[in-house]
Amino acid sequence: MVEMDEIWSAVRLTLALATITTLCLLVIGTPIAWWLARSRSRWRELVATLVALPLVLPPTVLGFYLLVALGPDGPGGFIAGLYGGRSLAFTFEGLVIGSVLYSMPFVVQPIRNAFEALGDRPLEAAATLRASPWAAFWTVAIPLARPGFLTGAVLGFAHTVGEFGVILMIGGNIPGETRVLSVAIYDYVESLQWKEAHLLAGGMLVFSFIVIFTMFLLEKRVARVGL
Amino acid sequence: MYKKTSKAPSRAVIALVAGLSLINGPARAGEVMVGVATNFTGAAREIGELFEKATGHEVVFSFASTGTLFTQISQGAPFEVFLAADRKRPQKAVDEGLAVAGSRFTYATGKIVLYSAYEGLVEGEATLRDGRFTRIAIANPATAPYGAAAVAALDKLGVYEAVESRLVRGNNIAQTYQFVETGNAEVGFVALSQIARRDGGSRWLIPADLYPIIAQDAVLLEEGAENPAARAFLEFLRGPQAAKVKTSFGYGTGN
Repeated sequence: MVEMDEIWSAVRLTLALATITTLCLLVIGTPIAWWLARSRSRWRELVATLVALPLVLPPTVLGFYLLVALGPDGPGGFIAGLYGGRSLAFTFEGLVIGSVLYSMPFVVQPIRNAFEALGDRPLEAAATLRASPWAAFWTVAIPLARPGFLTGAVLGFAHTVGEFGVILMIGGNIPGETRVLSVAIYDYVESLQWKEAHLLAGGMLVFSFIVIFTMFLLEKRVARVGL
Repeated sequence: MYKKTSKAPSRAVIALVAGLSLINGPARAGEVMVGVATNFTGAAREIGELFEKATGHEVVFSFASTGTLFTQISQGAPFEVFLAADRKRPQKAVDEGLAVAGSRFTYATGKIVLYSAYEGLVEGEATLRDGRFTRIAIANPATAPYGAAAVAALDKLGVYEAVESRLVRGNNIAQTYQFVETGNAEVGFVALSQIARRDGGSRWLIPADLYPIIAQDAVLLEEGAENPAARAFLEFLRGPQAAKVKTSFGYGTGN
């Protein structure tokens, strides 16, 4: 007997987590990517390294630090205290924080690349037309960098859906709150419920294939006719 | 057409084969691979050291929840001895032809404790009834027998429904302990063996009549049937030196 309620709850939760994480990353990641692309600061490579760290760090390292930082003695506990909680671990908000850190390089890097590819000329042209830097950013840089935003959003979303180690360490496996797809699959495999495991794992395979395939098709289209 | 006729394998091939055999080769005589349920980690390490000193064999441990270990064993993991946290999985291993019939015995009986890293928070049954905590950690009952025992105790006390929404599940009893020790969950059900040698925090040893006895069985796996070191380890596990370690970790010795 396959428990569809459980499965749908995990699917909904995963999609919600990936969507919110991606939106947060577009908001946080865009200024970071812009600064990394345009700044001449000597701190630039340092910040770029920090952003890229999750690419090489084992999820257990991030998971361990997050578990401590989100806990009652860390900043997470302080934030939770503001609304009467005591720890951000085992909460959806905690997962969003973890996912934002973990997926950041996948969003920042494509956007940074897109900003760098712009070069100075479009912005100089905008300046000669008396556009303020702020207006030039919104009306020139962002539209021109659209392919980078698209790639970043798709990768950030897909990577968050595929996240496992960090969530396993800070989530506490609560149905409807932190029990996302990857954790549910792990659970099913471990408790020998392989029918459910097959269903979800197969679904993830198809989903991931479609996402990456779509992205390649889009990239090809963008290269040919623009977005 | 150029054809290499030399029959001797090249040095690179020899190196490759040697390297692979290091990674993948069968355990050498005198070495035993043991899959151990997480709650027994501390005791297993000490027993392992004593065993190595006493016999000259080497022992390699792999720690995970009982369910995880069983899944791995059913998929051909190279373990030769299985120290579970229940009776069910070793029996299942025998039934499915993965373990040697007649080699199964109870090596320890475990106890569960309601534990908190905070002084004075756990004051016995009242702590569960009052429910003055936001999170309570247990091991995943589907895979970890200590988690199943915790659920049984909560049920018997009639508070399961009341605390269900506040349960967080550790992937095994070690992660459960870590949730409690970091204070992310104020209280949690851990194994006595994890805190028997630690002071601090507050604790309530759950009365034995609130949950079915956690009998932990060991079994010789087919993988180790021909390995004298594997049999020697099981023999040592029944012996007096091992018993002393088990007792010091708060286990019943099972025999």
